Amino acid sequence: MLTISRATYDAIVAHAKRDHPDEACGIVAGPEGSDRPERLIEMVNAAGSPTFYEFDSTDLLHLYKEMDARDEEPVVVYHSHTATEAYPSVTDVKLASEPNAHYVLVSTREHGDAEGPVEFRSFRIVDGEITEEEISVVAALSPVG
Amino acid sequence: MAIEVRIPTILRTYTSGEKAVNGDGGTLAALIDDLESNHVGIKDRLIDNGDLRRFVNIYVNDEDVRFLGGLEAELKDGDQVVVLPAVAGGAR
Repeated sequence: MLTISRATYDAIVAHAKRDHPDEACGIVAGPEGSDRPERLIEMVNAAGSPTFYEFDSTDLLHLYKEMDARDEEPVVVYHSHTATEAYPSVTDVKLASEPNAHYVLVSTREHGDAEGPVEFRSFRIVDGEITEEEISVVAALSPVG
Repeated sequence: MAIEVRIPTILRTYTSGEKAVNGDGGTLAALIDDLESNHVGIKDRLIDNGDLRRFVNIYVNDEDVRFLGGLEAELKDGDQVVVLPAVAGGAR
């Protein structure tokens, strides 16, 4: 199950709508081992494409060095599909390289960058296998300790 | 000669869970062969048909090796190498 705050959920949706028709992408980092998606980091889609996303390799290094310095890991890796369903594609599965992350897919196919609901789903992708999971959107993540 | 190589989560199965290992080599290609001798199977995750895999990023002292000559990038004692799988995907 993915537990995520309303603010983070809304921010991911806003990012997807803003970047439509290109795929939006980013991560939500949290303390290592905590499974708490606390810190949203929008990333630039270096591919700038409506059907592909990739973090720029230098951005990626800076991101991982920053998380390492803060003892964080990527808890959520999100991206949007702009004309297809919010479900991991063959490419998504092939390239999924964070076995501990929740892969969030947002689809903006219905309303694009305009008002209106999106599809928002979460999955685990481990060893090529997709497992969909429930999402719990909470007012705020419970306090630690 | 000691070169520190930082290993991403998904490749730590080859390093018994270690986040960083030491290696040796005058070029990236030589370093990868050296890693393979201690961590069998890792080379195939980095190299495909003699080329660096498209969706694996390797950095030497914070620079993407694609700008440093790829597999022929020269390495020296004390260099730091970081391996990061690309974060990427698409509609199909």
